[in-house]
Amino acid sequence: MANIFPKWTNQLPLKVLAGAALVVTALTGGITYYFTPKYTNVGYQPVQPVPFSHAIHADQLGLDCRYCHSYVEKAAHSNVPSTQTCMNCHSQIKQNSPRLALVRESYKSGKPIEWVRIHKAPDYVYFNHSAHVNRGVSCVSCHGKINEMAVVYQDQPQSMSWCLDCHRAPENHLRPLQYITNLNWKPEDIGTTQKQLGQELKDRWGVKPPVTCNGCHR
Amino acid sequence: MRYFLLFFFAAVVGVVLIAGPQGKRSPNRPFEIFPDMDHQPKVKAQSPSRFFADGVGPRLPIAGTVPMGYDFPAAGPGLARIAGAENPGAARSSHPGLSFGNDPSYLATGKMGDNWGDGIPVEVNAKLMELGRDKFTIYCAVCHGVTGHGNGVTSKYGWNGIANYHDERIVGQPDGELYNTITHGKNTMYGYGANLSVTDRWAIVAYVRALQKAQRGAVADLTPEQRATLPTQ
Ligand code: HEC
Ligand code: HEC
Ligand code: HEC
Ligand code: HEC
Ligand code: HEC
Ligand code: HEC
Repeated sequence: MANIFPKWTNQLPLKVLAGAALVVTALTGGITYYFTPKYTNVGYQPVQPVPFSHAIHADQLGLDCRYCHSYVEKAAHSNVPSTQTCMNCHSQIKQNSPRLALVRESYKSGKPIEWVRIHKAPDYVYFNHSAHVNRGVSCVSCHGKINEMAVVYQDQPQSMSWCLDCHRAPENHLRPLQYITNLNWKPEDIGTTQKQLGQELKDRWGVKPPVTCNGCHR
Repeated sequence: MRYFLLFFFAAVVGVVLIAGPQGKRSPNRPFEIFPDMDHQPKVKAQSPSRFFADGVGPRLPIAGTVPMGYDFPAAGPGLARIAGAENPGAARSSHPGLSFGNDPSYLATGKMGDNWGDGIPVEVNAKLMELGRDKFTIYCAVCHGVTGHGNGVTSKYGWNGIANYHDERIVGQPDGELYNTITHGKNTMYGYGANLSVTDRWAIVAYVRALQKAQRGAVADLTPEQRATLPTQ
């Protein structure tokens, strides 16, 4: 009887299996690596209508975050400043700079500057700034070193697992309230370690962030 | 098999080259894999809205309306601290101490009749002074300097004429006038009424008074016990 299958087909099942394994591995790896906010969101750095630099204003001038983001301690939403906040200084400083033309125009017309939003929790997530900032979580834990950014980009994934990593172990981030907006501060500056200080503050304030679904999806 | 492997590696290298590593800076909007209910048709703070003709989500209050939850204008001094029978409106305030002051009282305007009033209409205690120090450091020290000499960081960028709190003229001003300067600004200084609640503003007035006193104190102001602790010249 003649061979129906030529000899090379003996290895075919093995090859198909090896090929499929490769493809599945690559797909799994690719999805794990790319289909996550760590890839889709981190590094988002849109071009803003005015070349505003946090490095100049927060670091070089030493402005406190709350001079502009005034309601971050009081409200769920951390506001982006009104045009008047800029004009407090820029009515006198660099008042003819072409880079500030849009600010002056907006101040005259009353139409807000359309800043491009970077950090955005989905609408089905409840997030509250004041609940975090008044419990010793610094801006730097969630936004990175904003004070060194000439143009703001997203530094942390702000995904659900990222929220939960901290909610399960907040002691890795807590600090005394007067250092919340000092992004360069380290616990070593007051002669302690994050572990020791965080645990102490957690116990003293009774910090217990929600880890059940209805804490954040209400 | 050889062709498959070649194609496979070309595809992997291609994807990695095009997609790049995690955290790569990009001006493009984040790609949403499952948009689900990410964008619901509700207006969130500081967001635009297509519902209104001018496209602005946050609306300005209509003249004559009263914001819900905040202190009622006609209801006396207006602070929940002094709430109760004489001030029933404030008792219902869901944001005690967060008034932005739209009533005609001294507390909200700094005026008694047509003149600036004097005196601080909230209880002055250590907590208020601390609030004043914090708010002063955030909002005022950038221009006026931490000691109030008008030498804050902006003066190093060519801004002359920032007021010095230790001028006789400003030391002599009544508290109500200082309060009004914070709320509405003065000449080249813009107002901070939109950023600071009424209590915050009075706390700053109290702190500015303390700064002035710190520069003008005399040995005679001290009690004998305090004087004894001074180093002898
Ligand atoms: C002089 C005013 C000013 C100061 C001070 C300031 N910011 Fe901002 N901030 C802005 C403006 C204007 C924007 C919007 C434009 C942009 O994204 O660059 C912004 C944007 C941001 C954003 C991104 C918002 C988004 O769309 O997701 C973050 C986060 C932020 N600021 C954090 C901080 C932190 C932390 C500090 C203190 C170290 C600080 N800011 C100090 C004015 C200021
Ligand atoms: C406390 C005062 C202050 C405030 C408030 C402030 N700025 Fe500035 N800004 C400065 C100073 C001072 C400089 C100049 C820094 C330098 O020369 O190195 C500057 C520089 C700039 C520049 C660069 C101008 C140029 O020609 O190089 C831009 C753009 C700018 N600011 C935008 C803004 C915007 C937008 C806001 C409001 C969110 C704002 N600033 C609020 C003090 C301020
Ligand atoms: C626990 C994490 C966390 C901390 C701490 C935190 N933020 Fe945020 N921030 C977020 C998240 C999440 C968002 C997106 C919120 C949303 O979409 O509703 C955000 C958004 C913002 C925005 C953009 C709001 C907008 O409408 O464009 C600004 C500005 C901001 N934060 C400033 C600050 C400042 C300043 C501090 C420190 C005083 C701070 N944040 C501390 C997590 C945090
Ligand atoms: C760096 C640490 C940290 C991160 C990151 C963080 N949280 Fe929290 N969260 C806390 C702490 C601390 C508390 C305060 C718990 C307390 O008061 O006992 C808290 C409290 C909360 C509360 C309860 C507050 C209230 O108003 O009831 C909610 C809701 C919440 N977080 C949502 C989120 C969401 C959503 C994210 C992710 C976008 C997030 N958190 C990320 C530390 C964090
Ligand atoms: C600490 C806050 C927090 C808690 C607790 C929490 N979530 Fe979430 N959840 C989030 C955030 C933030 C997102 C948005 C993630 C993003 O945008 O990548 C989210 C997204 C989701 C999504 C949508 C995922 C998608 O991409 O479509 C589902 C489903 C979900 N959560 C279910 C749950 C369930 C079930 C629980 C309880 C076991 C829970 N969550 C508890 C913060 C939380
Ligand atoms: C952006 C810079 C800037 C900031 C911030 C600032 N001021 Fe001023 N302030 C000025 C300047 C400039 C003057 C001088 C105004 C003039 O007469 O032209 C002034 C004047 C004053 C005066 C004297 C008013 C008079 O009657 O002559 C007082 C009091 C005062 N400021 C208090 C404050 C307080 C309190 C704060 C914080 C809430 C503050 N300022 C924040 C720039 C600033």
